[in-house]
Amino acid sequence: MTEHLLDVQGLNKSFGDNHVLRGVDLIVPTGSVTVLIGPSGSGKTTVLRSLNALEIPDAGTVRIGDVSVDFGAKPDRRQITELRAQSGMVFQSHNLFPHLSVLRNVTEGPLVVQKRPAAEVNAEALELLRRVGLAEKAEQFPYQLSGGQQQRVGIARALAIKPRLMLFDEPTSALDPELVGEVLAVMKDLAADGWTMVVVTHEIRFARQVADQVLFLDGGVVAERGTPAEVLDHPKEERTQRFLHRLIDPL
Amino acid sequence: MDQSTVELIRSSLGPLLEGMVKGTIPLTAISFVLGLLLALVVALMRLSPIWPVSAIARFYVSVIRGTPLLVQLFIIFYGLPSLGATIDPWPSAVLAFTLNVGGYASEIIRAAIISVPRGQWEAAQTVGMNYPTTLRRIILPQAARVSVPPLSNTLISLVKDTSLASTILVTETFRKAQELAGPTFEFFTLYMVAAAYYWAVCLVLSFAQSRLETRLDRYVAS
Repeated sequence: MTEHLLDVQGLNKSFGDNHVLRGVDLIVPTGSVTVLIGPSGSGKTTVLRSLNALEIPDAGTVRIGDVSVDFGAKPDRRQITELRAQSGMVFQSHNLFPHLSVLRNVTEGPLVVQKRPAAEVNAEALELLRRVGLAEKAEQFPYQLSGGQQQRVGIARALAIKPRLMLFDEPTSALDPELVGEVLAVMKDLAADGWTMVVVTHEIRFARQVADQVLFLDGGVVAERGTPAEVLDHPKEERTQRFLHRLIDPL
Repeated sequence: MDQSTVELIRSSLGPLLEGMVKGTIPLTAISFVLGLLLALVVALMRLSPIWPVSAIARFYVSVIRGTPLLVQLFIIFYGLPSLGATIDPWPSAVLAFTLNVGGYASEIIRAAIISVPRGQWEAAQTVGMNYPTTLRRIILPQAARVSVPPLSNTLISLVKDTSLASTILVTETFRKAQELAGPTFEFFTLYMVAAAYYWAVCLVLSFAQSRLETRLDRYVAS
């Protein structure tokens, strides 16, 4: 087991003429929280989606634990599947399975893909739901939940496949402001429990409190990286300063 | 209505019911089930990123939708023998109706699959599902809900279209009516009885459709 759970080198990605990633490197120590910030179109979500191959980069390598994929070498489906199994993903728009109960959303991966015994999977899923504060909602359908609750089920679903790494793609951006806190609280708990996390977010307070490192992306490159104190409180780059200023004072 | 007309209707009910039970209904059911399976395959082919695969599907749909069902039936039953392939009336009818349903329903299924948000595929991938599992567990159950109303249309049309099989000697409801009407010249009465039978079956199917829709809507906010 290496000290760095996640190691990303030289990610490049173009959508047509749009060169969205221009050589992104990223190292995430085991048990640490990395927050990606940056303006829209900066490539932060594309970086995150490259980590589980929802986006296939044109070049670059992603290593999670002992699974390494070189995207420049046209990885086959088996390699991609193996890489995906290393991480759980929480989406901006939860993407819960609407036709399945809350419990079955959580058990679907372990039961259907990992083919683990139902009794064990159900017990674990209920424990995960309890952990995100939703054990009593197990038999409801996703539409019967609030946005914050849906997002917490999404976290439980991602945890259920027992990933090594948790990925969060703007998990609170689609929520009403009063529901943001309950989701961030669960994420803080996970961080405190030692989960390795990569989070794309605009929640600067969360980054300040929870992140071990913050990366500011702009124009497809990491423009600045460091501790929250370095990047958020004393940014060296002018574009970082401007971005943070716009977040704090949009008018 | 005079006594003889009442008597004629009464005596026709049995034979026409037999035409329904032994002809129209099994012909519809078998063709619809086979047609749906074919339609699913064609829909997935049409959605394939491999262009020859999707081109074949597109061509098939174009031919089926662009030619009359009656002509398709005649080609299979009266046309194929001249190429050395003689098929009995029943299998000819099942083949023609299956191919026809396959063409129309594939477009419904394709649209229903596309209507499931992209994020559902992605979420399924992140919990480790491959393409067939995602399709079976996540996408098709949601597509089913969207496709029930248009597929019900296809099924109800098929019930009535099976009457065309009378032209290739399949003894279904309408052919029974023709056979009874021939010697008696009571066309109006007998065709009205046949029409009533078709209508009754379609009423039952419409009822079943709304029950099914209610069931499939249970996970959607009203």
